[in-house]
Amino acid sequence: MARAGTLARLRYRFIPDHVIGEILSKKWIDNAIPFLVLVVVIAAFGMLLPNFFSAGNLSMTGRQLGEFALVCLAMMTVIIVGGIDLSVGSNFALGNFTALALLNLAGWPVWAAIPATVLVCGSVGLVNGLLIGFLRLRAFLTTLVTLIIVRAIVDMLLLKYAQAMSMSFFDDPFWDLVGMGDVLGLPFSFAVLVVVALVGHILITRSRPGWRAMAIGGSRRSAHNIGLPVRGIVCSAYTISGMLCGLAGVLYAARLSGAGSDTGMGLEIMALTAAVLGGNSLGGGRGSVVKALIGAVIVLVMTNGVLRLGLNSGSGPMVLGLTLLFAVFIDVRWLKNRDKLLNKVYVSPTLVEMPEPRSTSEGAFAVNDRLADVEIIGLGEIESPEDVILDEDDILYTGTRHGDIVRFFPPDYKRHEVFAHVGGSPLGMSFDRDKNLVVCIGGMGLYKVAPDGTVSKMTDETNRSPLSVVDDSRLRLADDCDITPDGKVYFSEATVRYEMHDWPVDALESRGNGRIICHDPATGKTHTVVRKLVFPNGVCTARDGQSVLFAESWGCRINRLWVSGPKAGKVEVVVDRLPGYPDNINRASDGTYWCAIMGMRSPALDVALRMPGFRRRMSRRIAPDQWLYPNLNIGCVIRFNDQGEVLESLWDRGAKNHPMITSMREHKGWLYLGGITNNRIGRVRLKDADPTWSAWSDYWGKRA
Amino acid sequence: MTSKGLFRLLNQERIVFLLTILLFALFTTLLPGFLSANNMLALLRSVAVLGILGVGMLVVVLGRGIDLSMVATMAISVAWALQLVSTGTPLGTALVMGLGFALIMSLITGLLIAYADIPPLFATLAMATFIYGFGRSNLITGTDVVYMPNDIGWIKSLGQGYFLGVPMPVVVALIVAALVWAFLRFTKPGRFIFAIGDNAAAARITAIPVRPMLVTQYVLSGGIAFLAGIITATSVAAMNTRVVNSNMIYDVILVVVLGGVGLSGGRGNVRNVIVGTLLIGVLMNGMTIMDIQYTVQNVIKSLILLLAIVADSILNPRDEQTGQQGDI
Repeated sequence: MARAGTLARLRYRFIPDHVIGEILSKKWIDNAIPFLVLVVVIAAFGMLLPNFFSAGNLSMTGRQLGEFALVCLAMMTVIIVGGIDLSVGSNFALGNFTALALLNLAGWPVWAAIPATVLVCGSVGLVNGLLIGFLRLRAFLTTLVTLIIVRAIVDMLLLKYAQAMSMSFFDDPFWDLVGMGDVLGLPFSFAVLVVVALVGHILITRSRPGWRAMAIGGSRRSAHNIGLPVRGIVCSAYTISGMLCGLAGVLYAARLSGAGSDTGMGLEIMALTAAVLGGNSLGGGRGSVVKALIGAVIVLVMTNGVLRLGLNSGSGPMVLGLTLLFAVFIDVRWLKNRDKLLNKVYVSPTLVEMPEPRSTSEGAFAVNDRLADVEIIGLGEIESPEDVILDEDDILYTGTRHGDIVRFFPPDYKRHEVFAHVGGSPLGMSFDRDKNLVVCIGGMGLYKVAPDGTVSKMTDETNRSPLSVVDDSRLRLADDCDITPDGKVYFSEATVRYEMHDWPVDALESRGNGRIICHDPATGKTHTVVRKLVFPNGVCTARDGQSVLFAESWGCRINRLWVSGPKAGKVEVVVDRLPGYPDNINRASDGTYWCAIMGMRSPALDVALRMPGFRRRMSRRIAPDQWLYPNLNIGCVIRFNDQGEVLESLWDRGAKNHPMITSMREHKGWLYLGGITNNRIGRVRLKDADPTWSAWSDYWGKRA
Repeated sequence: MTSKGLFRLLNQERIVFLLTILLFALFTTLLPGFLSANNMLALLRSVAVLGILGVGMLVVVLGRGIDLSMVATMAISVAWALQLVSTGTPLGTALVMGLGFALIMSLITGLLIAYADIPPLFATLAMATFIYGFGRSNLITGTDVVYMPNDIGWIKSLGQGYFLGVPMPVVVALIVAALVWAFLRFTKPGRFIFAIGDNAAAARITAIPVRPMLVTQYVLSGGIAFLAGIITATSVAAMNTRVVNSNMIYDVILVVVLGGVGLSGGRGNVRNVIVGTLLIGVLMNGMTIMDIQYTVQNVIKSLILLLAIVADSILNPRDEQTGQQGDI
């Protein structure tokens, strides 16, 4: 039989294939190509220009960047809502002129002139916003027209006042600080940019207006249909854009103190280039402050650098045009193929060497027909009862895939009602001391249903692992839970890499993606206890109260986790070499434990598990419905004791009545069976069992 | 018909046309000499190049694209051809080389847009920068302005000649307009352009060769830009490459969109461009006669444009439900 070599073992142990896919699925990877271009551009010009990194040059570039990046942020703001603002260049020139005119000619103080300028430019933006947001004009055309109008107005004003302005000279210490001074060692305009960028970033990523703007850019129609004030938000985006241009104009005025007819000429093109180069997509919905800043730095460094290289006239624009084309080409390709690449590499199977399974032809696992005469409850009335549980009044509870907790009433379990609607996909259940039903909800977390049916959240997050790329603080697939005598809830999360419906893909990987988590209702705190478990599934508090038993499904073993006592924190194997995939574990009346085997191993899949390359190729090349999956068509129930001896098994050899089992509960001489792909619950009478035993009293003592 | 129904008939094209007539009537009554045959011909002549460029832009805009590199292509290809002639290349060869340059550049633009999926706005912007830079550094020696040799030959008549008393630029503009109209109206590729502009995805699954068609559009606009450049150069006996840095490309877009051609593609025809061009022509001509300062002319022109699109948007409000995503 093929055994993996030491080399292969080491390779799959130490090379974290899965991290590539996880990094690719991160949102910030969007910026990878622009950032790379940024690094290359800075490195290239740093080498070509001798004093590129000198303090003087950096300070100069910092000042220019402060102005230019503000204009880029203005452009980004409107691009996010699905528009475009071509009037930024003219507006910038207007801001420059207004600031100088107010200070030099009108004699306003600086503290009044700056806000006034910002407001003047903001009003140009407001006009754009009213036309585009409320009258629904086309952004491109409208801002094109305002570009020409504002430019013409500035030209007219210049004709009239340029001479008077050049005669007077404004002197004020604060104005000098704005133009030439430093704040905390940073050039003033750069410091302004830092503040604006921080505020903008927080607004866009963490505030309601920002989210709304993104939603409108993503789909204006949907945003309108869910009732967002689309027009108002679009209008304010243009207003903000205008105000940012005004601010940039003020900084420019303070630095150069001159107004010429070529101020801000072509700035709209540069800002647009920067915004798109940074990765803000025209058409809206994709953009961020960081993207705009990256684009701004690239464009500024390139235009300045090409100028300073002193090439003959024309070479500068040529290099610029070529670089821009190349950068955008790479970015477009990257964006287009990222998802394809992600689909190809996200599934990363690992090497698993499954031990020889125990025989099912003899011994405790011998196939029998003890489940052939299972009584059926609620046939066709429920879907996917993963777990079943009974309370002291013999009422039978189960979850369904519709997110309901349904209960059936004794004695015949014909009558049923929806006990509570939780949502998600209710999986494992337990009763706590106060008879609250604690439920693991796939896709949501750990919830509690009080005896009167009120649903409350216990936890939906845990501490994030410091080195995990995937954000594993949210619970994706809480699977089964149990409660220790001190009231803490121990529950399993089967995988942190996949959503619930993708469980077969996790089986294909068979890596330790799951974990056991502990929630303490007394403190409300949740923390992860054990990581890197192979699809941890059923959880059951052991009789000694110091440990919990849990199943690792794809590992085909049952482990014990010590939670208190001398061995606290240790994990040891109780039963291994199971012939199938263990699911929920629950107590039996005689001091042993029941465990559901949800599906049986097959030799083909066992071999495939030793060949991760084969499984990887399979996941890349053929359709998911043709992959090798764990066989979940038939399973059984086993009983084992604390020493790990398997005592008996219950099968449905004909696979007619109740072959698929994910959970079982013993209650007063009956064994109730749940199965996640079933449309029924089964129950079978246990001959030697204690007819008065119930789980709740076993856990919490006899009824008072 | 009710007054409401009458208003419904007004779309942007008709509003602009009415505005043109209104202004025409206004100028006719207010400005003596406006209606004279000479002035009319001068009016047409002044916007002929803009009209030709507009028709070229139309071909691209109909397919949901935009070509910001037209002015750069026009200036550099023609300036290079003129320089070749003045350095001794035969006229025919020089023209073919100039046209070849324009076509190759627009072919590259088209390939970038159609096959590399670079957004048209950006690709043509970058190509404009590249073409200008490449031309200035490698093709054109000397100053920004390339003068036309006086003995250049028959081509001179394209800019300065007359046909039946009509200036040749106007004749050429009309011919180009007619040819493009016929192309769009009667040929299969012409209809394909509309289909692509309407819904590129649908066009693709109905087996229209979307990508080759996109390339064709840009090549066409490049060729038309070269023609417009020839007329510009021969009219004023020089080609100023600094025109690339002016607002001219914006004027071209305005002419196209003003007449009611949708920037989102599939809507409009040559007629719309003619209407837009006429409005600009009448406006500029009247204001020049009134001796209004150039910057003020710009403001008035833009305000009238704004008026036209606002009126259109009020009469035909765009519905939040039917608005196209990503339509800027």
